This record gives sequence, structure tokens and C-alpha cells, in this order.
Amino acid sequence: MIRFIFGRLASIALTFFVVSVIIFLMMHAVPGGPFDGNDMPVSDAVKAKLNASLGLDRPLYVQYFSYMAGVLRFDFGIPFQSPGETVLDLLARAWPPSLLLGGLGVLIGAPLGILLGMAAALNRNTWIDYLASAFATLGLTIPVFVTSMMLILVFAVWLNWLPSSGWGKPNSWILPVIAYATIPMATYARYTRSAMLDVLNKPFVTVLRAKGLSERRIIFQHVLRNAALPMVTVFLPMFIGTATGSIFVEAMFRVPGLGAYFVSSIELRDYPLEMALILLITLMFCLAYLISDIIYALLNPRIRFGGDRK
Amino acid sequence: MTATLTAPRQRSPLYFAWRRFAANKAAVVAGIVLAILMLMATFAPLITRTGPSDQSFLTQALAFPSREFWFGIDDLGRDFFTRIVYGARVSLTIGFTAAAFSVLIGIPLGAAAGYYGGRADWVVMRLIELFSVVPPLLAAMLLGALTQGGFFTIVLIAALFGWVQVCLLVRAQVKAFKEKEFVRASQALGATPGYIIRRHLIPNSISPIIVGFVLAIPLAMMLEASLSFLGIGVPPPTPSWGQMINTGMNFMYFYWHLAVFPTAALAITVLATTLFGDGLRDALDPTLKGR
Repeated sequence: MIRFIFGRLASIALTFFVVSVIIFLMMHAVPGGPFDGNDMPVSDAVKAKLNASLGLDRPLYVQYFSYMAGVLRFDFGIPFQSPGETVLDLLARAWPPSLLLGGLGVLIGAPLGILLGMAAALNRNTWIDYLASAFATLGLTIPVFVTSMMLILVFAVWLNWLPSSGWGKPNSWILPVIAYATIPMATYARYTRSAMLDVLNKPFVTVLRAKGLSERRIIFQHVLRNAALPMVTVFLPMFIGTATGSIFVEAMFRVPGLGAYFVSSIELRDYPLEMALILLITLMFCLAYLISDIIYALLNPRIRFGGDRK
Repeated sequence: MTATLTAPRQRSPLYFAWRRFAANKAAVVAGIVLAILMLMATFAPLITRTGPSDQSFLTQALAFPSREFWFGIDDLGRDFFTRIVYGARVSLTIGFTAAAFSVLIGIPLGAAAGYYGGRADWVVMRLIELFSVVPPLLAAMLLGALTQGGFFTIVLIAALFGWVQVCLLVRAQVKAFKEKEFVRASQALGATPGYIIRRHLIPNSISPIIVGFVLAIPLAMMLEASLSFLGIGVPPPTPSWGQMINTGMNFMYFYWHLAVFPTAALAITVLATTLFGDGLRDALDPTLKGR
């Protein structure tokens, strides 16, 4: 187990390094620099001076190493688009709204999806199953900005029940949270249904039935516990994916979250912010996968007691 | 009783695959919808009156749907039905070309990883891991900015993120088949690995390849729509649904048709392709079901 974790950590470090190099190179290969925008044209001399003051005139590899040296000390630099704060300050300000809405979306969507998947698996090939599967397919295939658009059109424009955008009053959170919740809900409905059907067809369930255990105890004590394994492991990566904010949901509902900065940092050639966002998300995904794998190993007796046998 | 005595008719695996597919109503309907969409996209000039960028109805800009203009007129005086139909052209072309490129990248990598195992496998798997931790949309945005968007770039970006699935499917299939007797026999006869992969292993992976191809299409279409929605996809005036949804958003409160029709078009197309692909997967390879 320890060896496994160290091996994975080494692999994460390698991934992190490769991603950082590729992203850094790509970022600087994009034509134009931070001072080539049209709203505040500056002369070439001033531009050169500004670039020099930010260290952008140095060779790329020097810039890379100096930036990465900062990253190792948790110093992600100063965002060009808001020089009054550090990148970390900006993240501390912009992340909470994304975390709140996205987190709520996952925390509401995942349990609902599990219930939906259970209902589908236990009523296989009835209208409940078809409805749940149809919903899951819809949720997984329709892009989230289309879902958001439909939600806004129906609940804000036509029915006029909820505000379409804004921030502050909790009732303006409802629609974005629903939009965020669709993907976890659909994913979980699908996972739960297939995992439960898998387990329900195992011989041990037949044995439990034969020995006269009540259907409820079979489902909750045995089937669900065995089906939970894959469900536990997809949770963290999904949480990270949603709670870092969706560019689309936040743009549609005008949420002052992290999403807008993904676009603006690329558009404005805001190198420190761009780098920080991508590196942090990559790192979080790596760790999420690692933790999921560890949880999987801990929960799965075949791995826990099986030693290194393959 | 007598029925058991007569020799069963030889049926090809394709026949059974077809039977399984035809039994899946959702997939059949999705296939029909997809066929209609493809016909509409192909024969777009025959079913629309104007070109997709002709501002022929400027005086009636933003008109609501009517008998004459089925989907209304957009903000720049273009027939919206025409725009939607031509949008199908863009979406489907990008979906299919990107899927084709995904297959072209995925097959050799998957076959190499599956056949050689060891170091080749390690490299390919690390590559896949790389693609699984970088959020595709962010990387796509960066690539889009790098290459200034455009039709062909979108195809390449979509292929870059679409090959992983194909690669994994091919790898699994090749891995399962390389231990079979006919491959061993071929090796014993002195066939080179390249020959075995080309002649035996890839033909035997044809069903996962088809499945991977079809399932890559909706992903590419969604990526195109997302990038165009953000304004870094297909440049205007080429009609793209993502772009139209973005414009529609600004007019949503009063001119709902500008938002509703592209939204519905994108949703229907992606859904139909996905259901068709799912049906094809279940039909061609029942063991992959539900994954």
C-alpha cells in the first residue's frame, strides 16, 4: 500500500511537471502579450519597459523556472488584470461563490442521482426505469449551457418565478445549483443503476433470498454496500470538476466566481493567473484520483487483504 | 422436438448485431433522427431559400416565427431556419471529421500499447493520464487562442481529446486477442508485429473501433458548441449553434426564438448521436454494456 502511494505520488509529480511545461509553452506561444490589448494602447517603448518590469523579457526557461520556484513556495505571482492583489488573494475572493454553488450542486445532485438509480434498478424495465435512464442520458449529453438556457427560459423568462441572474439573495442561487446538479445526478443515476443491477444478479443475493432475508435488508445491507464501491470513487473527481466552477454556468447566471477568470486570463494573456488556475486544477484532479484509489483499496477487502497479489 | 434436430441456419455475427440493434427502440429512433439531420445538412441549399449569411430580411430583423419564416428572423436579418440547417452542417462535419481523426490517433497508440505492453503501454497510459487530469475545456481554450480558432483547428482539438476512448477500447481488445492461438500461429510462422497488428488484431477490433468512432462524434460536437459559445470556435458568419446560443442569450427576454431553436437543435443532435452510439455499442459488443 505504502509503495503504491509513493509510486502514485511520483507519477503525479511527473504529470504535474509535464503539464506545467506544456501549458507554460502553449501560453507563451499564443500571439500577443499582456499589453497588446486595444482599450489602452501603449507605445512600443512603454510596452518594452512594462514587459521588462514583469520579467517578460527574459528567456522563457528562466521565466518558467522562476515561476515554478515561486509555485513551490505557494507564491503564484500577481495577476496582470488586477495588480492590487496576489493570485492567491484573487482565488480566495473568486472561488467561494463557485465552491458554494458547485458544491451544493454536487451535494444535492449526487444523492438524488443515487436514489434515481436505485429506483431504476429495483424497477427494472418499468416506466420508472425508462424515465430515469432517459433523464440520465439527457443530463449527460446536453451541454450545461443548454441546460442553463432552458432553466432560464422556463423559470425566469416564462414563469417568472426566480431571478435569472445575480448574486446575493439565496433565491438567485437556485437555478445555477440546479444547472450544476444535473451532471452529478445523471452520472450517479447511471452508475448506481448499473452497479446495483450487477450486484443483484450475483449468486450471493440469491442465497440471501433463499435463506429468507427480507428484501429490504438484502438491498440496504448487502446490495447497496457492494454497489457503493464504484460510486464512492467517482465522487471526489466529480466534486473537483464541479466545485471549481463552470465557465458556462457562471457566465449564464452572472455568478461572480472563478469561471470568468478562466476565459479572461487566456484572453488578456494573464500568465500568472492562467498558470495558477491550470496547475491548481490539475493538482486537485491528481490528488482526487489518488485519494479515490486509496479509498477504493481500503473499502475493497479483496485489495485490502489480498496483499500485492494481482 | 424435431426443430432441435434440424441443423441451425448459419447466421453471421452481423445478423445478430442487427437484431440486437433493431430491438433497441431508442437507438433506432435516434438513428432515424440522425439520418434526417444528415440529409438536411447535405441538401441544405435545396430546403432553404437563402444562403446562411444572406441578410435578405433586414427590415424584418428579429421577427418571430411565422408560417413564412419557420424559426423567425435573427438580429441581423437572416432567415433563422436557414441558419439552423446550415448549423447542422457545421456541427455534423466537425463531429464526424474529429471522430475520424480520433480513430486515426487512437488505433495505432492503442494497438501498440496493447500488443507490446511493457514500456510502450506505460508511455501510452501516462499520456492518457495526462489528458485525464487537464480539464479538456481549459486546454481547448488555450489551444483555440493559440491557433486563433477556425474550422480545422476545432477538429484537431476535438480529436486531441477524443482519441483516449478509442485508444482504451482498442488496447483492451488487442490485449485480449494477442494471446489467442491464431496470433501465436502467425508469430510462429514469422509474421512481424506490424503485420500481425494490421492483419489480425485491428480487423478483430473493428467493433470497438466503430463504437469509439460513433461515441467520439457527440463529444466533438459538444466541444465545438462550447468553444463557439465562448467565441473562440468557428468564426462568424459561419453558422454554429454554440455561437447562436450565445447571441440568443442577449435577446432571450423578448426574442425567445433566437435562444430556443439553436438550443433545441444542439440538444437533439447530441442526444440522437449518443443514443445511436450507445445502441451500436450494445449491439456490437454486449460485454461493454452499461459502461
